[in-house]
Amino acid sequence: MTGIIHYGAGNVFSVLNTIERCGEKTCIVSKPRDLLNVDRIILPGVGAFDEGMGYLEKNNLVDALLKEIKKGKILLGICLGMQMFFEKSEEGELKGIGLMKGCVKKFPENKNLCVPHMGWNSIKLVRFSDFTKDIPDESFFYFAHSFYTLPKDKDVIYGVTEYGLEFASIVQSENIIGVQFHPEKSGNYGLTLIKNFLRMS
Amino acid sequence: MLTIRIIPCLDIKDGKVVKGIHFENLKDAGEPVSFAVYYCNEGADELVFLDISATLEKRKTMKDLVRNIASNISIPFTVGGGIKTVKDILMLLENGADKVSINTQAVKNPKIIYESAKKFGSQCIVVAIDAKKIGDNFWEVFIESGKVPTGIDAKKWAKEVENLGAGEILLTSIDADGTLSGYDIPLIKAITDTVRIPVIASGGAGSLEHLYRALVEAKASAVLLASLFHFKMVTISYVKKFLSDKGLPVRL
Repeated sequence: MTGIIHYGAGNVFSVLNTIERCGEKTCIVSKPRDLLNVDRIILPGVGAFDEGMGYLEKNNLVDALLKEIKKGKILLGICLGMQMFFEKSEEGELKGIGLMKGCVKKFPENKNLCVPHMGWNSIKLVRFSDFTKDIPDESFFYFAHSFYTLPKDKDVIYGVTEYGLEFASIVQSENIIGVQFHPEKSGNYGLTLIKNFLRMS
Repeated sequence: MLTIRIIPCLDIKDGKVVKGIHFENLKDAGEPVSFAVYYCNEGADELVFLDISATLEKRKTMKDLVRNIASNISIPFTVGGGIKTVKDILMLLENGADKVSINTQAVKNPKIIYESAKKFGSQCIVVAIDAKKIGDNFWEVFIESGKVPTGIDAKKWAKEVENLGAGEILLTSIDADGTLSGYDIPLIKAITDTVRIPVIASGGAGSLEHLYRALVEAKASAVLLASLFHFKMVTISYVKKFLSDKGLPVRL
């Protein structure tokens, strides 16, 4: 059973749908108790940093999440979900979950680059993991974001993407995985990643 | 490297596609979901569905349709047509749409852009602008499917929607639309020079060279196509191959 944390704003359906298409059961997590019966957790992401963190805090999900991760459950953060792993963000005032050291920054002003970074971009795989098994280097994934993460510990960076600068598009630290793109919207390679994630626990 | 995007657009009326290619190998030629799956497999980067019926009674149909599309494809899709409130947007997103496109209502009540971008994130709020050339370097915004003039300068409006939090602009030239004689390059360029958010060019594509010009000369991030595919002139993979051979980054 895969638990998907619901924020009350949008796009949980496409994540849920993708998991079910891979033949796996899902449930919506909106309070700490919901986390107890799941084998793995997805923290999807749509919206602003403070709205996301505010929701998690208000519903006591931060501590509950940390507890489940300690037990060894795998967590996948998508887009804003990955950004919330870090300590702070230029997008908001609230503190992040702090699962990884580092911060979230806004793409710099540059006349030749559109922000949001929106569309299909390639990922250079810099470290191997079961998560990226069967994914060719430089495959394309779908991105839609205006902020990127800057991990302090470079060892957590598994994939990088170029957009005016090189940023971390896949991070992993043991059972915590974050992706800046949307695997649920990235065609067949996106599905492969989701299947790999489901096989990891 | 970020690729340019090829986005087929499907007009939906009462739950059926009214504009689109009638492939012989598709069982239900009018079924939006069959089209969606076909385009997805063909290599479309995104899809846009415009509900041109969009009356209150049809909302239920649209909800089911969005859910059905979302269950069958794994690329992003935008839904537009008749959106009036933040609640309408929530309904579409909750049922699996990745983005919504707002046009008339954005002009009548610009607050909807700010409120929905704040609630759902800029990345899912597309503002559609229909513009018509009125004078030298001046394009006027039209609403209600291009029927009603507003007196608003398209460049100023583009800047304003960006400031209000729109994540993308879907720009249609009323003059060029349906003519197959090429995009209004000066219009697209005027808008891409004004804003930082991505601009999707629409209206007038009749040849592959037209697409190339919109993407390179006018710096559009994406091109929306209906007629080109509608008249079976080209396939998506052919379009992408052409642009790739010309040196543009595409997802093949």
